Amino acid sequence: MYSKKVMDHFRHPRNMGEMKNPDVQAQVGNSICGDIMKIYLKINKNKKGEDYVKEIKFQTLGCAAAIATTSALTELVKGKTLKQALGVDKKAIAKYLGGLPPIKLHCSILSQEALRKAIKKLKLGKGKKKVADKIDGVSQS
Amino acid sequence: MYLDYAATTPVYPEVVQAMAPYWNKKFGNPSSVHSWGQEARMAIDKSRARAAELLGVEPMEIIFTGTTTSSTNLAIQGVAKVLKNQGNHLITSAIEHHGVLDVVRGLEKQGFINTILGVDKYGLVDLKALESAITKKTTLATIMYANNEVGAVQPIKKIARIIKSKEKELKTKICFHVDAATTVGWLDIKVNRLGADLLTLGSHKFGGPKGVGILYLKKGTPLAPIFFGGHHEKGIWPGTEATPLIVGMVKALEISLKNEKKVKSRVKSLRDRLIKGVLQIPNTQLTGHPQKRLADIASFIIKGVEGEAMLLLLSDYGIAASSGSACTSGELKPSHVLLAMGIPAEKAHGSIRFSLGEKTTKEEIDYVIKVLPGVVGRLRKMRRGIS
Repeated sequence: MYSKKVMDHFRHPRNMGEMKNPDVQAQVGNSICGDIMKIYLKINKNKKGEDYVKEIKFQTLGCAAAIATTSALTELVKGKTLKQALGVDKKAIAKYLGGLPPIKLHCSILSQEALRKAIKKLKLGKGKKKVADKIDGVSQS
Repeated sequence: MYLDYAATTPVYPEVVQAMAPYWNKKFGNPSSVHSWGQEARMAIDKSRARAAELLGVEPMEIIFTGTTTSSTNLAIQGVAKVLKNQGNHLITSAIEHHGVLDVVRGLEKQGFINTILGVDKYGLVDLKALESAITKKTTLATIMYANNEVGAVQPIKKIARIIKSKEKELKTKICFHVDAATTVGWLDIKVNRLGADLLTLGSHKFGGPKGVGILYLKKGTPLAPIFFGGHHEKGIWPGTEATPLIVGMVKALEISLKNEKKVKSRVKSLRDRLIKGVLQIPNTQLTGHPQKRLADIASFIIKGVEGEAMLLLLSDYGIAASSGSACTSGELKPSHVLLAMGIPAEKAHGSIRFSLGEKTTKEEIDYVIKVLPGVVGRLRKMRRGIS
């Protein structure tokens, strides 16, 4: 049912655990299936002065697919600028994991939602509401 | 370590042996007049007589069908259809298997109405609600003997008495169908004692082959066929009889009932050992009734973990179990049984069921008790910061 890579990320999730002193953290839940997802971020500026994901960690109460897809997401967004990070979608995650059963594709959305919420909070926290709105716009497209 | 016997059981070696001649030696069509056909017909007749004897009924009351789901469909749709002129009201419970619940709900489109009885926190059907639900329009009540997910055993004889006294009082015909799919070897299956008009048994839950089932149809109970194509099984279940499967199923029934006494008490004590062991893990609870439960079912809610993740990690340790978590179902909804028992969706997330069989050993149970806390701990660690 699951690819070898999915099982590997499920058995040995990358970047799983609590983060001390994150720049931001966000939690989302899926009311239909019951999964809960929490993401922690540390942000830094690159040479061009853009914000990028320096560290990312997650915690979850979720199924194997939720765990594996979030683990994959954290690998995919680490080191990326916030804009690039928001561009990592379920297709990219599924591709990275060597495919997902169709019924499990939705599981990967929860981690993207958590990431999106975290980045939005970060922007709002810095008082840049306009940017936050713009980012939200990007992520929803 | 296979602890998912309620999903399906291995076929007894004696059953495989009993079926062997009917694949390519005694392969005739039971409807043919030549000796090949006669041979097959004789095997089916013998199986029917033996099944009747084992269940305490008449051979003519036994109908061989395709699967458990074929039997439930035939029973429910067949009664609903044949008594349509008398009424269009069907009664069932919220914890039935989909093989019953979906049939009853499906009939809504054909003008039938239904009452779906609630259950208490243990999964026991509300009998008062049953009594008051019955009207002159009621033609069928279908209630399971025991629940497959949480093992709750319903007071079937009492339910039969309620239905039959209402039937008398209202001077109408109300058929009582019992889905007894998971009960062979665990509960009294002498059908004549239970008070059912129709009763469904599934072969692969008691060491028989898949793809065959039994419907008991009490003499005089009206039933219309739900599809057509010949005289087989009195025209009620048309189609060439599956001789090897029928022979195998009845052999399995015979073995299960012969072993019942010995197996049941042993399995029950192993089940209790498992329950005691699992409940040592903090924040766990038993689902279903503590006493009124099948001897083979140990079912739990383990808070703070998700069922599918738990099953996959247990599978890495060679342990097979099952869960009512949304993530393990094809429709991404938690088990309707747990929800009906008042367990909220987020708790149903952490459900797990171990179902034991006659081959289950004390060593296997102790291994599960040893491994499970680590698996739970690993998953709970993943959610430690979540509030």
